[in-house]
Amino acid sequence: MVIENKPKYKVIGTRPVRPDGIDKVTGRAQYGADIHMQGALQGRMKRSPHAHAIIKNIDVSKALALDGVKAVVTAQDLAGPGGDVSTLPDAAQNILASRKVLYRGQAVAAVAAINDHIAQEAVKLIEVEYEVLPHVLDVRESMRPDAPILNETMRTRGPNPGDGATNIVAHTVAAFGDIERGFAECDVIVENEFSTKMVHQGYIEPQAATASWAPDGQLSIWTTTQGSFPAREACAQLLNHPISKIKVTPTEIGGGFGGKISVYLEPVAALLSRKTGKPVAIRMDRIDVFEGTGPTPGTSIKVKLGATKDGKFRAAYADMAYENGAFAGSAAMYATMVITAGYEIEHVKLDGFDVVVNKPRTQDYRAPSAPAAAFAFEQLVDELAEKLKLDPLKLRLMNASKEGSRGPMGMPFKRVGHEECLEAALNSPHYNPPLEGPNRGRGVASGFWFNVGLRSSVNVSVQPDGTVNLNEGNTDIGGTRASLAMQLAETIGVAFEDIKPGVVDTDSVGVNDVTAGSRVTFASGMAVHEAGKNLIKELTTRLAPTWQVPVEEIEFEDGTFKTKDGAKSGTFKEIATQVVGRGVGLTVSGSVNAGFLAGGGFAHAIVDVEVDPETGKVTILRYTAIQDAGTAVHPAYVEGQMQGGAVQGIGWAINEEYYYDESGRMANSSFLDYRLPTSLDVPMIDTIIVEVPNPLHPFGVRGVGEPGIVPPLAAIANAVCHATGVRQTQLPMSPRRILETTLGIG
Amino acid sequence: MPRVMLPALLRPLAGGASSVETTGATLRDVIEDLERQHPALRGRIIDAGVIRPDVMVAVDADEVRDLDAPVPSAGEVHILPAIAGG
Amino acid sequence: MSGRTYVSAKINGEQMDFLCEPRQSLLEVLRDELGMTGSKEGCNNGNCGACNVIMNGVLVNACCVLGVEAQGGTIVTIEGVASGEDLHPLQRTFLDDAALQCGICTPGFIVAAKALLDKEPDADEARIRHWLAGNLCRCTGYDKIVHAVLDAADVMRKTPAKV
Repeated sequence: MVIENKPKYKVIGTRPVRPDGIDKVTGRAQYGADIHMQGALQGRMKRSPHAHAIIKNIDVSKALALDGVKAVVTAQDLAGPGGDVSTLPDAAQNILASRKVLYRGQAVAAVAAINDHIAQEAVKLIEVEYEVLPHVLDVRESMRPDAPILNETMRTRGPNPGDGATNIVAHTVAAFGDIERGFAECDVIVENEFSTKMVHQGYIEPQAATASWAPDGQLSIWTTTQGSFPAREACAQLLNHPISKIKVTPTEIGGGFGGKISVYLEPVAALLSRKTGKPVAIRMDRIDVFEGTGPTPGTSIKVKLGATKDGKFRAAYADMAYENGAFAGSAAMYATMVITAGYEIEHVKLDGFDVVVNKPRTQDYRAPSAPAAAFAFEQLVDELAEKLKLDPLKLRLMNASKEGSRGPMGMPFKRVGHEECLEAALNSPHYNPPLEGPNRGRGVASGFWFNVGLRSSVNVSVQPDGTVNLNEGNTDIGGTRASLAMQLAETIGVAFEDIKPGVVDTDSVGVNDVTAGSRVTFASGMAVHEAGKNLIKELTTRLAPTWQVPVEEIEFEDGTFKTKDGAKSGTFKEIATQVVGRGVGLTVSGSVNAGFLAGGGFAHAIVDVEVDPETGKVTILRYTAIQDAGTAVHPAYVEGQMQGGAVQGIGWAINEEYYYDESGRMANSSFLDYRLPTSLDVPMIDTIIVEVPNPLHPFGVRGVGEPGIVPPLAAIANAVCHATGVRQTQLPMSPRRILETTLGIG
Repeated sequence: MPRVMLPALLRPLAGGASSVETTGATLRDVIEDLERQHPALRGRIIDAGVIRPDVMVAVDADEVRDLDAPVPSAGEVHILPAIAGG
Repeated sequence: MSGRTYVSAKINGEQMDFLCEPRQSLLEVLRDELGMTGSKEGCNNGNCGACNVIMNGVLVNACCVLGVEAQGGTIVTIEGVASGEDLHPLQRTFLDDAALQCGICTPGFIVAAKALLDKEPDADEARIRHWLAGNLCRCTGYDKIVHAVLDAADVMRKTPAKV
């Protein structure tokens, strides 16, 4: 569904087969664990069995004595000879703990051996003496003054730092208008308390990294990462090694969703390689992934929303506590920036509390912090609609943020597509026929995510046959070789097939920030567009002497170079063959810093559920995802992002959680017990792509990866409420939870 | 008189103010004036001559990284914490 | 560990001989001993299907089969699904329908779907969803995967496979 007049593109908007596709359907593509180097050793991590403990001593002698073991490393190796492990930063503590372990699964040592079986045996022989401390797992409990303290030096960032040690990392306050006056002006006020559990990104490929430290200090790393450049920088800092001596080659990546931004294995493999003089590969297993990487926070959110009797939102308040896991983060701060973003509300006050608990250090997961915030807020919007007897979509439309609306950060939005998404939802074939049948309910919800721009850099080289190589630095996590090649083809007016995209290592292209924040098709697309323009300019300069006309006489339009008088002309490919075929090589680059504000993206969900009153099982009958893509470069992959986000949201809503026992151990650290949605659990996911071009991008592109996961949690909760009459304030809405709430037990 | 809007985190360094009236025609002038009025903010927005990587700055609805960018006299300068994503 | 066992099996149509430790899984043998890394490890306990291979005509998780169990058997892995330059219809429809994003689960899905369509060429959406419930995909939400399998079934019914 195109909302505004869109230029007639030739390549953008088509659905070509992705250039890396053949390798991925035939098993040729090399992912993190597929790197097999001659003579490589296998590494394994020794992990803490305790949620909170002081490390008294680490004895590696028995492990080192095992036949086939080549080296063991601990935090001492990060500190360097004679270094003080107690001063190592959080980032180092999280890859090899020194003084304390703050969560079960935190790595304390690593071994390298001639094979993985011996490495696993050696890990068991490492003896760590712990003094076990009381632990805290719940975010609100951790905020209490009597909670076990994780970090004695922590003081709260924010208005009231306090005197003593605390687990509250930061208190973020966002306030606009006059909250008390705002609520006083409301005819209807709804409020409730919500909570969500820690969940994992659930990428199917576990982390895996191989490092080779050469005698001259040149360190080569092959890793499955969402950011080869950030990984290089992190390794440089952690290893105190110059960036110029580190090359990171990103392998194909088997999913990330935010979970493969931080480094875990790369610096450890590097240390083991330096010690042994051999390449070292470390691969996580699934338990390592669940216990030792960064899931996304559990939350506790209290919200209050008020409106006038005609449905205009007047005031909103939220108190949001987000788990940061073992080390300081900024999840709750993000939440303050998104929770009310979808609506114009004059009086807003938001308190965000970032809190450490004895769980893995949390990381971003697709539109980080927004789904839990929307789970709370969008249910209140639904309650308001019921109380005011208004259609829930129309109520949202009446209050929706648009161009010029002040978002929760106080600054005005540029052109955004929230209203258009809501109108598309209202007019959709899904929404119009009412849902019929017992125990069934329909729910809707909106979602917002910023998207970011950041830095991208690409190199473009013309080959003698007039085809073009496009080398970029961002891992292709879901079809970006295709979406970038399409934008280059559009810019220089050639066929998609004439562009050969590749992902290269950190030595071979300028700086690229993470493959995250829905930024690659957006920001790298801008770099590609710039490179394309540079290429046309350079070809024009080289063409002028050949055509014996001044440069100013040559125009490029619609894929064709021509003189203004029309006497001479040639397509890009013809000219490129002519100029480069026998001439000197031609490489240009495009580099951008697209900043933080990338235009923002709105998504919407309509979902029908059926709740089994006997078992409490929630079945998703029908789901429609609606999203503003700006311009959909490759519509099939835009749909794929929307469908993928929707199903991750379905899993988060009804199944997934980190289930902890009393000792602070995750009791469900396998795919059997931490149950991702399967093909049997979901229907086809219908999509409506809305295209409100992004004024910040030459082709109007918006990031599409993240917004789709924001609405489903609330949309499903609203649907379950309509099916059962009971509001769901806690996730996951597992069969047990549904029975407890609908039968009034538990 | 451009108005600088401060995020909650920086307000304690500006005597609790959520916004500050400044003088200046460019972003550099405006931030320098802000720092003159509230010296505790020095180094928190601009560091080593550039906008800090953990801060974003917008003039009205547009993000700006060039300190020489013009600021309209009725403009709003928003200082915001940086964001990322998954 | 004790000595290595000699194993002989027909893999993707070729007779292969290898030595493996009794504790090594078929997945380890394929990936680490034979260099066939198309079969992926996602969980190593039979929950994700990324390592699906067809062994003696039956779909198995290679992580849950020992290498020594391959003795005398016939195994088809993702590397053996295409015939030369001719992609299998499933590989073609996975590409055409954009049924992969990151691609890590794709080999398992294609092998699993092949095992189904070889026996049940008329499988419908419900049957396909049921059969593929042993394969986890975190990127696509399954929609385009199920469409790709339906489309491949359609192609295969119209053009009987070359044997």
